[in-house]
Amino acid sequence: MSLAAMQRDFARWLTDRSGTMTAWVDGAAHVGLDVYHNAYRVRLADCLHEMFEKTALWLGDEAFMAAARAHIDSSPPHGWTLGVYGDGFDRTLARLYPDDREVEELAWLDHALARTFEGRDADPVSADMLAGVDWDDAGLIFVPTLSIGQATTNAGAIWSALAAQEQPPAAAMLTQPSALLVWRQSFTPCFRTIETVEADILADAVAGASFGALCASLIDRLGEETGVAAAGALLGQWIGEGLIADIRHVGSNRIATPFMQ
Amino acid sequence: MTATPIAPFDGFGLGLRTPHYQDFLTSTVPVDFVEVISENFMIDGGRPRHILDQIRERHPVALHGVSMSIGSADGLDRAYLDRLKTLIDHVDPLFVSDHLCWTRIAGFNAHDLLPLPYTDEALDLVCANILQAQDMLERPMLIENPSTYLQFTADSMTEWQFLDAMCARTGCGLLLDVNNIHVSAINHGFDPITYLDGVPADRVRQIHLAGHSQGRDCLIDTHDQPVPPPVWALYAEACRRVGPVATMIERDDDIPPLADLLAELDMARAIATMDRRQAA
Repeated sequence: MSLAAMQRDFARWLTDRSGTMTAWVDGAAHVGLDVYHNAYRVRLADCLHEMFEKTALWLGDEAFMAAARAHIDSSPPHGWTLGVYGDGFDRTLARLYPDDREVEELAWLDHALARTFEGRDADPVSADMLAGVDWDDAGLIFVPTLSIGQATTNAGAIWSALAAQEQPPAAAMLTQPSALLVWRQSFTPCFRTIETVEADILADAVAGASFGALCASLIDRLGEETGVAAAGALLGQWIGEGLIADIRHVGSNRIATPFMQ
Repeated sequence: MTATPIAPFDGFGLGLRTPHYQDFLTSTVPVDFVEVISENFMIDGGRPRHILDQIRERHPVALHGVSMSIGSADGLDRAYLDRLKTLIDHVDPLFVSDHLCWTRIAGFNAHDLLPLPYTDEALDLVCANILQAQDMLERPMLIENPSTYLQFTADSMTEWQFLDAMCARTGCGLLLDVNNIHVSAINHGFDPITYLDGVPADRVRQIHLAGHSQGRDCLIDTHDQPVPPPVWALYAEACRRVGPVATMIERDDDIPPLADLLAELDMARAIATMDRRQAA
């Protein structure tokens, strides 16, 4: 027998009960093959249900499990950890619910928060590290758990209501496309929905723009007085929320690479 | 590298599970060691690693893996081993173990402990993979006997013969899961005492005790029940053969209060101690 051929046949049996796996075992062992097939699907469905808890609450268990089955059929697991099996489930939901954008965004948020939970540690900067910083040429280094996703709906408000075991609001489109900001403060995953201006400035900052360049961009958009005030407010908020891990000299560059996931 | 023997350790421990984290962090839990699922801590950071660090200050820790895929015809996953080695260097574990099984082929990962045929080809492959893993991890491993739900027509030896040859060729130790022996014995109709007599007793360094469920057509290794009487009886037989080794209660689902598991651990202590007295 070829071990590699058997293992490939076994993998096909697990995913769709096709192939020639039954040839490797005697008739009585077909019961065992069914045990492995069922265990494979149950384990993956349980993984998705645990990782996408709020999405499951929003859809209801029956609809969620139907979506999980569709994902299991189309996306066999590849990583050694089940922690990455949720990658792409938001896209499966987007395909299944093309007219309900909040479902995809809710799933993205569930997944981002779950991944943040075990992301790399980083101590945020404290206020006493800010003295003497040359802000014009200062670059902001964000905590490694930061991720940013698109928000076109009120998925953030729905998620918060479900987390608080409150009646969630009806799904609604936002008046302006925005973003979901996810990160971890100490050991606690956090998120908030941010407006377009902050999303754009944050994307520039993450891409390496100096704080001076961020100020210039805000002044361009909001005018001198409001722009400067907005820059200070954003910096204060990011530091207060533990989003910034370091401040480094980068020069007066300006990078405006989109940073949407 | 030739694996050096794993030092004997005859304590009694529990698998560390999330519902009991606070118990372990805030009280003195009467265990000699804890075992954790390696993959749950092969992560970049966050609360799980922080908790493991705190518990490691109080108890020796055994690392028990489920994803090495020691029987994969594709060979080992280098990135996986690198991550495991990083965790080993950090934790300095009592044991490093995984299962006699395969989980991965051609980029597909089943996330289940899939059975191997007991053939010369599989034995050669498993031994080569264990030797490579032990080289990379710079320490000998313990390999656990699986519970299985099928047998292959190509089998040319029994599971215990396979384990005996595997230990002799690689220098690895055995993690003897007594519940798995019981489950497989019922499912495949072999005598569990013959199995215990067939495995190399001097290679056993740890014993797992767990419960199982009755499936429609066979026993299923669910780890969601207390250790049942037939498994306790088989544990007593195992103790007579392997002598004092580490013993652990392994519960993964429907996890009860810690006190219930500690009561089961007391039962294990009583059985093992009785055997040790009789041996003396």
